[in-house]
Amino acid sequence: MAYLARRTGQALIVLAIAFTATFVMLQALPGDAILIRFESPELGLSPEQIADIRAAYGADVPPLQQYLHTLIGFLQGDFGTSVQYGTPVRELIGSALPDTLPLAGLGFLVAVVLAVALAFLSTLAPFGWLRRVLRALPSVFVSVPVFWLGIVLIQVFSFQLRLVPVIGADPVQALILPVLTLAIPISAPLAQILARSIDEVQLSPFVAVVRAKGAGPARVLWRDVARNALLPAITIAGVLIGELIGGAVVTETVFGRAGIGRITEQAVANQDVAVLQAIVILAALVFVLVNLAVDLVYPILDPRLKRKAVAA
Amino acid sequence: MTALLELEHLDVAYRASAGPLHVVHDVSFSVEPGQVVALVGESGSGKTTTSSAVLGLLPSGGHIAAGEVRLSGIDLSSWSDRRLESVRGARIGYIPQDPVSSLNPVRPIGVQLADTFRVHRRGDRRTVRTRVLELLERAGLDDPALRARQYPHELSGGMRQRVLIANAVALQPELVIADEPTSALDVTVQRRILDLIDELRREHGTAVLLVTHDLGVAAERAERIVVMQHGRVVEQGATASILDAPAEAYTQRLLADAPGLGEHEFRRPCPPAYLRDAGDAAAENPVVLEASGLVKEYSVGRGRAPFRAVDDVSFRVLRGTTHAIVGESGSGKTTTARIVTRLVTPDAGRVELGGVDVTMLAGAAKRDFRRRVQLVYQNPFASLDPRQTVAEIVVEPLRNFGLGDRRARADAATRLIDRVALPAHLATSRPAELSGGQRQRVAIARAFALEPELVVLDEAVSALDVTVQARILELLEQLQGELGLGYLFISHDLAVVQRISHSVSVMRRGRVVESGPTEQVFRSPQHDYTRELLDAVPGRTLPAGKALA
Repeated sequence: MAYLARRTGQALIVLAIAFTATFVMLQALPGDAILIRFESPELGLSPEQIADIRAAYGADVPPLQQYLHTLIGFLQGDFGTSVQYGTPVRELIGSALPDTLPLAGLGFLVAVVLAVALAFLSTLAPFGWLRRVLRALPSVFVSVPVFWLGIVLIQVFSFQLRLVPVIGADPVQALILPVLTLAIPISAPLAQILARSIDEVQLSPFVAVVRAKGAGPARVLWRDVARNALLPAITIAGVLIGELIGGAVVTETVFGRAGIGRITEQAVANQDVAVLQAIVILAALVFVLVNLAVDLVYPILDPRLKRKAVAA
Repeated sequence: MTALLELEHLDVAYRASAGPLHVVHDVSFSVEPGQVVALVGESGSGKTTTSSAVLGLLPSGGHIAAGEVRLSGIDLSSWSDRRLESVRGARIGYIPQDPVSSLNPVRPIGVQLADTFRVHRRGDRRTVRTRVLELLERAGLDDPALRARQYPHELSGGMRQRVLIANAVALQPELVIADEPTSALDVTVQRRILDLIDELRREHGTAVLLVTHDLGVAAERAERIVVMQHGRVVEQGATASILDAPAEAYTQRLLADAPGLGEHEFRRPCPPAYLRDAGDAAAENPVVLEASGLVKEYSVGRGRAPFRAVDDVSFRVLRGTTHAIVGESGSGKTTTARIVTRLVTPDAGRVELGGVDVTMLAGAAKRDFRRRVQLVYQNPFASLDPRQTVAEIVVEPLRNFGLGDRRARADAATRLIDRVALPAHLATSRPAELSGGQRQRVAIARAFALEPELVVLDEAVSALDVTVQARILELLEQLQGELGLGYLFISHDLAVVQRISHSVSVMRRGRVVESGPTEQVFRSPQHDYTRELLDAVPGRTLPAGKALA
């Protein structure tokens, strides 16, 4: 319990730092959203009118005051108003979340399944050459840019093979290619870590003992190696959650989907500070929660990490 | 009657880029049913490779290049891995070297034992469970039902080795291969484990192939001895004849180096360097280190009495002599060493170095203290930075203290490497290229770089083969003679302690149960525990061992 409280405290500190750092960096950028949206000459707004707009968005006070104002707003669940859309940020994110959650969730799930399958197959596959090919695959995946992968997938599966329609796809069909695009680059480092960790565990003396019992390679891998090898991979999986955000930005843009990634891309282009601030905090929150979960799962998988009762 | 196991002209090779690398050549010997045969040799002699070849468990790239491995007359050497699975565990059991890393850390003991039955589809769930509990009990573990639920890290090394023995004999195999089954254990535990293997062997008529580097262990337990060197059998025969009349020079050396065999001279407090030079002697204090009334407690949770790891321990180290602290794991000897080296602060008592209290040193004074007391660790594989060269490692203490310029340090490196009798060309090598003995020499050279007054050797030779051990001990004696410094020698191995130390403290559960000059303590031990420890030294009780003297 004390452990949980301490970890929660740490998580809050991480969030506070993320919030402050984002705020400082966004302030340090030259220009702002109001400048971009309202000061273009075509609108013909007078300096007084622009000053009024600034005042309406709370952008006319010194940065420290703005910081406190934003912070208090966040603590009360008010993320401010998007300059670009003129709607509250909360509504904006709330409406985009249902589009992105299935993409991110499925993307991560597929990534994990893909990574585990690759790592295990590259250990168990019947031929030496096949094992080597499977081993080399993740390195290829790592070096593939997400946007390029998305375009290639559309080209091959939609235009050449006509397996997935681009236009008039139902929601499930519309998810297939974006999920793959998101999953493949995340699965690659995971598969690499897992495969390396399997190799390492295979060399440990207890595996020799299990083999000396007469256990075959598949049994050794499933019953004895897998759980030991998963431990480092889970840590990496927690860190890779961060990749989902960057991945979502590119994937949603390439596939023309609405969602958090798309909003992020727009907000960056327009320096919509309030939106960016909220998205960073959202991302940090997910990241912190997932890693907290990872730490809590660890002792279940590895009994050595349970509180050690002092043995005589 | 056909032999149970016959090796005939066995030749094992590894695939390498420059063609096959042969590591075992023309090895032939046999094991009769129920017989104990010891395969003896240093590390690198091919003894473990030979025993792995019998099980078909050579590391990747290794294969039987020629010869036969016959089990009850059937040649297994060409069998596929899949086919050998029916033999492993069922007909040949295996006891590994290091019990600590030989059990799966994330599965309970009982499940791992039950696996042995399941792999060979012996019995249903209930009978397997009963058998597992029987086995644990038979292997001498108290409360089998609890042990079956526990995880490996909750058991001591000796208990884990009992579990592994239970595992090896679970399906009552005809042969058990025991690869250095006790070298990672304390002497008294070692003895009990070897006794257990002996008992189980007698009960079921199991034959044992005992792989060991310690001729003392082999002499005490085996009916036949096969001596290996450089991948070849140099000599084999009945145990008594090998011990009484070793034909080969290599066997003779192994015999001479086995610490438990033969009578070694006790080291007497010979007049050290400071006595030979009367002028120096007047100015110097012969006591290098004095520890008095050391106490260290560790909290074991609220509301419970703290655990006393070290309880009122006192001893002295004189200049030019070695004081040994012996005891089993958990006796507090390592904590004592850590107090003396100021890595741990005692709760009571004081440590004086050259007459000055150093117990509470901090900051710069503590740093200066580190120059005068150096430490050599047990594990020569983990205590050297794998990325540094030998020359960099040995002068690192000089660099840390900013002593000498680059040139002076290069000279120092050459001198230090020469001093520990390492070939000069190794200066640019990295630890991975060195053998265990060479690495420990590097660690010793590093400890001597700052010309300390006291060197604390924490199990410094325990991880080494007997012959290498003997060479390292000779080196330590020689350096002590030349430099007149004091050693605090921490060890669980009484045979080694007998050889190197002038005085000794025997520790048990944090307390010193007996201390005095080594000769006196060893010849007429006063405490029961000391006697128990002495009896446990392999080969010591052997009449043949005495005959060698």
